[in-house]
Amino acid sequence: MKEYRTVAQVAGPLVFVEKTEPVGYSELVNIVTADGTVKRGQVLDTSDEIVVVQVFETTAGIGRDSGIRFTGETIKMPVGKDMLGRILSGGGKPIDGGPEIVPEKRLEITGAAINPYARSSPEDFIQTGISTIDGTNTLVRGQKLPIFSASGLPHNDVALQIARQAKVPGSTEEFAVVFAAMGITREEANYFMADFEKTGALERSVVFLNLADDPAVERTITPRLALTTAEYLAFDLGYHVLVILTDMTNYCEALRQIGAAREEVPGRRGYPGYMYTDLASIYERAGIIKGVKGSVTQIPILTMPGDDITHPIPDLTGYITEGQIVVNRELHRKGIYPPINVLPSLSRLMNLGIGEGHTREDHKKVSDQLYAAYAEGNDLRGLVAIVGKDALSERDRMFLEFADLFEDRFVRQGLYEDRSIEETLDLGWELLSTLPEEQLVRIDRELIQKYHPKYRKKAQG
Amino acid sequence: MEKGKENRAQGVLKRISGPVVTAVGLDAHMYDVVKVGNEELMGEVIKIQGENIIIQVYEDTAGIRPGEPVGNTGLSLAVELGPGLLTSIYDGIQRPLEVLVDKMGNFIERGVSAPGLSHEKKWEFVPTVKQGDEVKAGDIIGTVQETNIVHKIMVPPRAKGGKIKKISGGSFTVDETVCVLEDGTEIAMLQRWPVRVPRPTKEKLNPDIPLITGQRILDGLFPIAKGGTAAIPGPFGSGKTVTQQQLAKWSDAEIVVYIGCGERGNEMTEVLTEFPELEDPKTGKPLMERTVLIANTSNMPVAAREASVYTGITIAEYFRDMGYDVSLMADSTSRWAEAMREISSRLEEMPGEEGYPAYLAARLSEFYERAGRVISLNGEGGSVSVIGAVSPPGGDFSEPVTQNTLRIVKVFWALDAKLSQRRHFPAINWLNSYSLYLDALNEWYDKEVSPEWNPLRAWAMGVLQKEAELQEIVQLVGSDALPDEEQVTIEVARMIREIFLQQNAYDAVDTFCPMSKQYDMMKAIKHYADLARTAQTGGATPQQVIGIRSKNELPQIKFIRDYEPELAKIMKDMEAEFDAMRAV
Repeated sequence: MKEYRTVAQVAGPLVFVEKTEPVGYSELVNIVTADGTVKRGQVLDTSDEIVVVQVFETTAGIGRDSGIRFTGETIKMPVGKDMLGRILSGGGKPIDGGPEIVPEKRLEITGAAINPYARSSPEDFIQTGISTIDGTNTLVRGQKLPIFSASGLPHNDVALQIARQAKVPGSTEEFAVVFAAMGITREEANYFMADFEKTGALERSVVFLNLADDPAVERTITPRLALTTAEYLAFDLGYHVLVILTDMTNYCEALRQIGAAREEVPGRRGYPGYMYTDLASIYERAGIIKGVKGSVTQIPILTMPGDDITHPIPDLTGYITEGQIVVNRELHRKGIYPPINVLPSLSRLMNLGIGEGHTREDHKKVSDQLYAAYAEGNDLRGLVAIVGKDALSERDRMFLEFADLFEDRFVRQGLYEDRSIEETLDLGWELLSTLPEEQLVRIDRELIQKYHPKYRKKAQG
Repeated sequence: MEKGKENRAQGVLKRISGPVVTAVGLDAHMYDVVKVGNEELMGEVIKIQGENIIIQVYEDTAGIRPGEPVGNTGLSLAVELGPGLLTSIYDGIQRPLEVLVDKMGNFIERGVSAPGLSHEKKWEFVPTVKQGDEVKAGDIIGTVQETNIVHKIMVPPRAKGGKIKKISGGSFTVDETVCVLEDGTEIAMLQRWPVRVPRPTKEKLNPDIPLITGQRILDGLFPIAKGGTAAIPGPFGSGKTVTQQQLAKWSDAEIVVYIGCGERGNEMTEVLTEFPELEDPKTGKPLMERTVLIANTSNMPVAAREASVYTGITIAEYFRDMGYDVSLMADSTSRWAEAMREISSRLEEMPGEEGYPAYLAARLSEFYERAGRVISLNGEGGSVSVIGAVSPPGGDFSEPVTQNTLRIVKVFWALDAKLSQRRHFPAINWLNSYSLYLDALNEWYDKEVSPEWNPLRAWAMGVLQKEAELQEIVQLVGSDALPDEEQVTIEVARMIREIFLQQNAYDAVDTFCPMSKQYDMMKAIKHYADLARTAQTGGATPQQVIGIRSKNELPQIKFIRDYEPELAKIMKDMEAEFDAMRAV
């Protein structure tokens, strides 16, 4: 392989090389520094005059004397059956002291888009055992449902609880977990690893770790490596894969860093204008393919800077993903775990995975009614602060109490409490029965007579 | 080509930067379609700078090197129009996704071309003109029963026309000549039309017929006219896509073109699995039979996303020319604008607001201006209604795409995250939304629904507006402090919101509400309000009036198909309750 010593400029994570033979766009590049270390990079822009290389590691040690080798191929990831149970670096190298991965295939990490025509509609209900997800923001197999959180909130616990408890009722198959850490601390990573080990989940997991002190630019390939692995496990080997990506905010910061180094025209808040497309190329790698066993379900985690849901990172994410689970500081302060605020949370694919044949016929309407009643009660809290409880009508007082009850009983649950969907829905009915029956306008008469505790008791008694 | 001039239909690549590449040594015109690299990836010329020809490529450019060839086809980006369009699902440059699965498997690879229409399939052509007839550009010369929709075969709009020498019915592929004119012009069923050029029409008409959608808040309060334009801006999760899909399903257009522009793959799959199963309320046939889908999901190439909107509207115009009412949904125009921004920034153009190119407003208005109710070249009346979703970052309506769209469109359906959070669907804010077609449509409602409808709507809007004012007071002093009369107004407004405005898209009955039912429902609420007013003048307290039990049955009407007997019973009970109140 030809080696060039024609580095013209090094700026941030970018190396500019001149006087090369034609180099392919997106090609993998090896950079050999004076002391023999090999660093990897990728071609961002190529012309017959200058080639721009983005380096995945620190550019320390790269100078005009460094040797540049263009490999002639785009970045590929070796994948194989024995990857389960392994821990890899954010760049895909084993770091658990085990042997190299025996590659059965080498796959492009950018991953082609699934042809929408080849997709099959996600409709298998995943029971996470968490009421605020199962009951009101249902996750289905093949969905991408992010957790919107913020610093200091227990999003990791929520993610772990999902990973621990997720199952498709009626199926004994366990999920394979692909876990990609981007820029999280060693401590956080250990927390995840310890839980995986304790529950035995590690055996069916592949872990990618790019920690806080690892090169930021490497973070831009970590999720792609993880998803390439997930797609291989799902669509080649037939596993149902749960992918946890954390923290997407760090990923976006890395993207901004590269954009700035390239002197691009920035979009909102300095993030690149193509961030939507870039994030889509990650999030859209979830789904089910017709006639193929296996599925990829994604749970990306991101921390909203300043708890601001309109910040470009959560905003663009929300436009791509199929809903969001919002972790809320107020609930956390009240000591409620999991502090999931159902009001801004949403699962877009919920309606495909619930109802008769999936969960239970009353699911949709119970969920709507819970939402509406909680929203109304929550609104009244603001009013009470101004006019006091006494000024409320009796109807309003009932809704106000319902909101408290909802948080205390429905939202709150134990870290290891695994509620079945029946338990969740029955709990919903129990709470709704504190309201007068004619206020349950979202539910038709038939369902009320079948499931309302008042009638159920009668039927039993 | 002129004599002695070297062949410059082939050039070489000089630079590759993502979806934008530069070629040299090539003769090209703006918007020529070119084949890029050894793999002949499809691209389009978007800028000419001296010797440098700048091209946007519709496929992934990874691995392409400087020095590879670039060939100019000399054609502009065009779509194939003819029998076979309906029920198809295309990517942004009209490659049928079904064919792509056969050709390259479950993932979209590159370098594969596929024609928009099947060139093998035979269609039964029935002439509607005969030998010796004089035809001109745009005239209908025959029909093909494509699905339950009759596909009308037209003389291409740019043809000269003339006397028919030979025309014959029978089974033909789209390429085969079905008609020959005296001057030797051969006409086949297939037409090609460049997507960036509007198809010509004879005359544009004023829109004065509503596009009935079966959605109460839309038909009832903020109607769009056939041939009109509407925008649905809203933050994520406020129900843009569900609203768009409801419109695609139930609007009384004959043809629906649905563009999934930079949106989610799973959502397109949902449309794909649902539409063949859903019945058209008018014909009882699957909705898919009148639908053309364009799916360029967010992770498919960005340049093809830019083109998808044009591909869609050109197909819509083609069906309009046959005399059909077409509705076109674009979800989402913001992703389209972002594609423009991305390409523009790769071109290192001077950016306008928020990095969008300075020509954003011009592109948006050109697009929406292709909507309209028209008399086509052949004298048929047809329309294209355009409904564009807008996804403002952070739900902030002051951003450039929303603002530039609002300057053009006549209907604004403002989605509201607050409403969707409390599961008020469709989450369209009744205070911020508007329709500028109201006056033009009044006559239609008078004639087709009831002369009472327009005053009824004005009354409902008045109550909702009043409620908003009263709510401000309630926020400060509590609802008990309101005068008796206003307490009932709040209750009536609540009924309008919960009974009339809220509609369940997932309920088999409520998903589509005919105009007559909308009228009956609103009349029932008004009737209650009137009875309440009379009772109050007779000395009834607000608690008494609000406590009328039979009105609590009204929401159930939504879920009953043959609702009339039940509604009549509720109204009777209600009157009886009011009578009893008076007796006490």
